[in-house]
Amino acid sequence: MFRLTEPTRLSEFEKQILPHLDAAYNLARFLMGNDQNAEDVVQEASLRAFRFFESFRGENSRAWFLSIVRNTSFTALKRYRSDEANVVFEEELHGGQSHEMDAGVAIDRAQDRETVRRAIEQLPAEFREAITLRELENFSYKEIAGIAGVPIGTVMSRLARARRQLQMILSKTYTK
Amino acid sequence: MSIDHSQVPELLHAYVDGELDLVNGQEIERHLRTCEDCRRIEQQIRALHEVVTSDAPSYRAPAHLRRNLRAALRREAKEPGRGISWPWLTFATVTVCAILLLAAALFQNTRATQRALADQVIGNHVRSLLATHLVDVASSDQHTVKPWFDGKIDFAPEVRDLSNDGFPLAGGRLDYLDGKTVVALVYHRNKHPINLFIAPVPAKGDTAPESINRRGYSLFHWTHSEMDYWAVSDLNQTELRHFADLLAR
Repeated sequence: MFRLTEPTRLSEFEKQILPHLDAAYNLARFLMGNDQNAEDVVQEASLRAFRFFESFRGENSRAWFLSIVRNTSFTALKRYRSDEANVVFEEELHGGQSHEMDAGVAIDRAQDRETVRRAIEQLPAEFREAITLRELENFSYKEIAGIAGVPIGTVMSRLARARRQLQMILSKTYTK
Repeated sequence: MSIDHSQVPELLHAYVDGELDLVNGQEIERHLRTCEDCRRIEQQIRALHEVVTSDAPSYRAPAHLRRNLRAALRREAKEPGRGISWPWLTFATVTVCAILLLAAALFQNTRATQRALADQVIGNHVRSLLATHLVDVASSDQHTVKPWFDGKIDFAPEVRDLSNDGFPLAGGRLDYLDGKTVVALVYHRNKHPINLFIAPVPAKGDTAPESINRRGYSLFHWTHSEMDYWAVSDLNQTELRHFADLLAR
């Protein structure tokens, strides 16, 4: 790619990347679990993105930026708490293995924002990522696969399992 | 029905998300018309999506983060050494400087040691000539000279007669160099005596003869088979180099 002078590079970056700061913060916030760590991760990821901005080919700036945020978050998570990594173990703990979106479990439709946030935050990191990117940021499976660095089939099964767990958490029968 | 019922639930997610291709999408739709369980699961997925997104649970970047970030980006854009943070750059610079200083000090030290040793070698050479104490064992026979050292020193120097090359062996004696007892072999070249000092240096690789000129004397220093060699004479440098090269082979 062409080389940008520093002022041009900065203004290009602010124009193309900074509009996605809310999406970046949302992902980091759900992955990291608190404001301070999320802010640190977004700041670090943004500076990293700025340094590598010349390697950005200009196709999908939102997905490109969020993949950096995602990687920075997971690196930080590994540093903070190593127990976050094990999805399978976590899933078995939550006991959602056998029934696919159990039709008998009805979720309360009158959930407020905080309840939903807390429910998502109870999921393992990879599932929080899948739910945030799909349900809240509306990325396609292909984009999510690119951001998370996994095959599309993995995205599909993670999303299915994440939704199953989330439904369990949100359902009245599970919480009571 | 071409799609197995057990496969449907997972595919339902892709179906609801609009990620299925037309053919598979139609298969799912056909299945849903006949399977009430799967229809209920589909409704659950849609209901969950509604619940999750209804009250806008997404977080928004706080204003101070945005401000701080803009400031940090401006600083980053101005920095010439971008790509590395300042603390790291400072740390790296300090480390490199320290290593260079240490290397220079060691090098200086080595040079100084080398010079001091060269001075001692010359001193030994001069004394050996003044005191007419050139040799303790006078012989041109290497088989006489070598056994003479047995029991006097704790290493076995290689003693070679180089008569055929014009450097006949004159004999040997014990001497001191760097506070240690060393072997001194004496050779002659057209009446010019050559002192060859030999001392063991364990675990040191071979080095080629290196010329050192001090106080009008020619010196050569080299290492061969874990032995340090110093050759000193008032011979010209070319002839002494020839002598050193013969022994260093």
